[in-house]
Amino acid sequence: MGELLRSEEMTLAQLFLQSEAAYCCVSELGEIGMVQFRDLNPDVNVFQRKFVNEVRRCEEMDRKLRFVEKEIKKANIDIVDTGENPEVPFPRDMIDLEATFEKLENELKEINTNQEALKKNFLELTELKHILRRTQQFFDEMEDPSLLEESSILLEPSEVNRAPLRLGFVAGVIGRERIPTFERMLWRVCRGNVFLRQAEIEDPLEDPTTSDQVHKSVFIIFFQGDQLKNRVKKICEGFRATLYPCPETPQERKEMLAGVNARIDDLQMVLNQTEDHRQRVLQAAAKTVRVWFIKVRKMKAIYHTLNLCNIDVTQKCLIAEVWCPVCDLDSIQFALRRGTEKSGSTVPSILNRMQTKQTPPTYNKTNKFTSGFQNIVDAYGIGSYREINPAPYTIITFPFLFAVMFGDLGHGILMTCAALYLVLRETRLIAQKNDNEMFSMVFAGRYIILLMGIFSIYTGIIYNDCFSKSINVFGSGWSVRPMFDPKVGGNWTFDMLNGSRILQLDPAVDGVFKGPYPIGIDPIWNIASNKLTFLNSFKMKMSVILGVIHMLFGVTLSLFNHLYFQKPINIYLGFIPEIVFMACLFGYLVIIIFYKWVSYNARTSREAPSLLIAFINMFLFQYRDPTVKRLYTGQPVLQSFLVIIALACVPCMLIVKTLVLRRQHMWRKHLGTQNFGGVRVGNGPTEDEAEIIQHDQLAQQSEDEPEFNFADEAVHQAIHTIEYCLGCISNTASYLRLWALSLAHAQLSEVLWSMVMRIGLARRSLGGFFLLSITFFFFSILTVAILLIMEGLSAFLHALRLHWVEFQNKFYSGQGFKFLPFTFESILEGRSEE
Amino acid sequence: MPSLLFCGPKMAACGIVISIWGVIMLAMLGIFFSAKSAILIEDVPFTEEDIRDDREPPQNIYRLYSQVAINCFIAAGIYVAVGAVSLCQVRLNKRQEYMVT
Repeated sequence: MGELLRSEEMTLAQLFLQSEAAYCCVSELGEIGMVQFRDLNPDVNVFQRKFVNEVRRCEEMDRKLRFVEKEIKKANIDIVDTGENPEVPFPRDMIDLEATFEKLENELKEINTNQEALKKNFLELTELKHILRRTQQFFDEMEDPSLLEESSILLEPSEVNRAPLRLGFVAGVIGRERIPTFERMLWRVCRGNVFLRQAEIEDPLEDPTTSDQVHKSVFIIFFQGDQLKNRVKKICEGFRATLYPCPETPQERKEMLAGVNARIDDLQMVLNQTEDHRQRVLQAAAKTVRVWFIKVRKMKAIYHTLNLCNIDVTQKCLIAEVWCPVCDLDSIQFALRRGTEKSGSTVPSILNRMQTKQTPPTYNKTNKFTSGFQNIVDAYGIGSYREINPAPYTIITFPFLFAVMFGDLGHGILMTCAALYLVLRETRLIAQKNDNEMFSMVFAGRYIILLMGIFSIYTGIIYNDCFSKSINVFGSGWSVRPMFDPKVGGNWTFDMLNGSRILQLDPAVDGVFKGPYPIGIDPIWNIASNKLTFLNSFKMKMSVILGVIHMLFGVTLSLFNHLYFQKPINIYLGFIPEIVFMACLFGYLVIIIFYKWVSYNARTSREAPSLLIAFINMFLFQYRDPTVKRLYTGQPVLQSFLVIIALACVPCMLIVKTLVLRRQHMWRKHLGTQNFGGVRVGNGPTEDEAEIIQHDQLAQQSEDEPEFNFADEAVHQAIHTIEYCLGCISNTASYLRLWALSLAHAQLSEVLWSMVMRIGLARRSLGGFFLLSITFFFFSILTVAILLIMEGLSAFLHALRLHWVEFQNKFYSGQGFKFLPFTFESILEGRSEE
Repeated sequence: MPSLLFCGPKMAACGIVISIWGVIMLAMLGIFFSAKSAILIEDVPFTEEDIRDDREPPQNIYRLYSQVAINCFIAAGIYVAVGAVSLCQVRLNKRQEYMVT
C-alpha cells in the first residue's frame, strides 16, 4: 500500500535503439507497458515520418481483416477467442502476413461475386418458373369456352372485314408493394385499354445483393398494337419490374418450364457447393482472425511509436525519450536486453537517465482492489506529481460516509451479497466479456460496492434498522412499569391509559431508563412517536462530528504536502493558521457536543442549554442573557479567546504570507546572478553560497520560473483565504447531508414497509398467506429498484461530492497529467486504439 | 414430450434470488411474530374490539400474532416451491444449452 500514498517517482530517460534492434526493443517495452514515449518531432506531420509506409501497410492489413471479420459475423460463425497473447511478428514476416490476407480477401471476394452472380441467375430462373406457371393459369382461363363465346358475340357485327384480333402480352415480376400504383398508372396512361392479371408468389424470394427476403407478384398484361406495347414496356421499366419472354403456345411454354426446372436444379447444386466452400474458408479464418488482429495491431502500434523517435545523424540508431517509473528501470533495462537479443543485434540498446525541470506525469500503481478508488479520485482530477494521493484514505472514508447515508442492516446485507457474487465469480465474469455498459460499470466498482455493503451493515446495526424494523437483541433499556409505581415517582394510572393516546415516559423516574443499549440505538425508539425528534438531533450532531473530523484530516494532509515539497512558508502561514482557525471554531463545536452528551444525565437533561444558541452567542460575544444557561464555568472567557484567535488567523493567511513571499523574492533578486554559457550561477556574498540556479544544457525545453507578481499573488492569496474561511462554514453545513440522506433513506424504507408489506401481513383470515407472498414479491422488487439502486446511487453521489469538494479541496490540487504507458493491453482486450 | 421450460436463464436466476430472500425473510418474520415481537405490533391486524372484549388480556392479540406467524410460514413455503421451480428451470436451460451447441 506504500506506493499508493504518493504517485511513483518518474524519470525522463533517453533510449538509444540500434536501428535493427529498435523494432524488437519497442515490442518488448510494449509487452511490459511501463514507459511513455514522448513525441520528439511534433512539427513533422504524419505523412513525413519515417515509418509511414509500414503504418500504411499495417492499416491495409487491418482493413482486410475487418472485412474478413465482417464476413464471418455475417455468416454467424463464432470467432474463437483462446485468450492467448501472440508474439509480435518480425518485420520480415510482414510480407507473409500481407500475402496471406491478400489471398484470403481475394478468395472471399471472388466467392462473393460468384455467389452473387449465381444467386441472381437463380432468382431470374425462379421468377421465370413462376411466370410460366401462373401465365398458364391465365391462358387456361382465357380459353374458357363461355368467355370466348361472349367475346365472339360482341365482336361479330363489326369485325367482319378486319383481320382476326391479335392481342399482344408481356409477362413479368414486380414487388408486391408496387402493385396498386402500377395498376393505376397502367390504367391512366393506356386509358383503360390494357388488361392486367396478377398473382402473388407465395414463398418470398431472396434479393441477391442485399440477401433480404422480398415478396413479389407475377403479372401479365394484354394489349393491342405496338404503341401500347411501347407504353406498357416503359411503365414496367419505370416500376423496376422484370419482364421475361413468354412463349405464346402452350406447347412451347411447357417445354420451357421443363428446361427451366432442370436448370434450377443444377444451379441449386452449384449454389450449395459454393456456400459450403465459403463456410469452410470462413471457419478456417475464424480460428485465427483474433490472433491476426492482435499481431497486426501490435505491429501498427510499434511503428506508430517508432515514428515518435528521433533519428540519429548517422542513421545508425533511433533516439527516443521516455517517461518511466524509477523503480521499474531494471525491468525496462531487462526488456531492452531481451529485445536486442531477439533481433540478433550485437550492439546493446542504451537507457540514459536525464535531468529535467519538466513536470513528470503522475503514475499511481494500482491493483484490482485499489483501482476503483483511484478512479474515483482521478475522475476529479489527476493528482499533481508526487502530491499526497487521497485514494488510500478514500478506501475507508468513502464507503463509510456512503454507509452513514445508507444505514440499513437488511439493505446492507443485500448489497454485500450482490458484491460478493461479483467478487467471488470475478474470473468467470471477466472471461464472459459482457459488453453491457451498465454491468461493466458496476463490475469495475465491485470492491467499492462490497465495502459499501459491509459498512452499511455496520451503520445499520448502529441505527438499529433492518428494513425499517429494529432488532432487540440485548433487551431495551426502557421500562414502562415504574411509571405506575408512585413510590419511585411514577404518576401513571390505568385510567390515564384509557383517556390518552400518547404518553411520554419520564427518564427521571427510577427504573424507567436503565442505561443505554449495548450497541447502537435502543430498539424501543422504533415504535416511539417522538422517534424522529430524537434521531434527528442525534444524526445531525453525528454528521457535524464526522464532517469536522474529515475536514481536519484533510487539512492535516496538506501539512505532509508542504513538508514534502519543502515549503516552510506554507506551513507557518498556510497550514497552521488554517488548522487553528478550524479547530478553534468547529473543533470546539465538536468538543462541546461531546461534553453535552457526557455531562448531563436523565435528571439534569432538562437544564441542558441549546448548543445552537450557545454557538451563535459565541460569535456575537453575548453572555449577558441570564435565561441562557452556561455549559461550564468560564465559558465566556474561553469562547471569546477562541473566536479572537480564529479571527487573528485570517490576516495571517490573507496579508502576511503575501508580504513574506515578496520579501523573499526581493532578496533573491538583489543577489544577482551571472550566466556562464548556459549555466546560471548566483554569486552570493560568500563563495559557499554561490549555487547553480539553472542548468540549461540538459533540460531541452526548460521553462523559466514564473515571474513574481505582487498583485497576482495578493489576489490569489485573498481568494484562497476567503474561500477557506467561508468554506469552513459552508462545508460543515454541507456535511449535514449525511443526516438528511440517512433520514430520507430510513423514511423511505419505512413507507415501503407500511404501504406494501403491511398489506400482506395485516390479514385476519388464514388465506392471507397468498396475499403475503404476492406483496413480498412487490416489496422485494421495489426494495431493489428504489432503495438499493436509486437511493444507493444518490448516496453514492453525495459521498462522492463530500470527498471531491469538502475533503479534497483542503489539500489536493489535482493538476497533474496521467502517465499513459505504451502498452499492448488494450489491443489484447480487443479494443482498437484511438 | 412437451418442454417444461417456460422462462429464460435470467428470469430463473431472478426467481432463485427472490425465493432465497423470501424464504429467509418470511421465515424470520414468522419466528418473530410467534415470539410476539413488540416492534411488529403495527403489522398485526387488531381492532379496538380485540382489546376491549379481551377476557384475559392480551390473549386476543397473541392469537392474532400467531395467526400472522402461520401466514408467514406458509408464504415462506410458497417461496420454497417457487425456488424449486426456478432451480428446475435453470437446470433445463443448462441442458438446452448443451443440446444446441
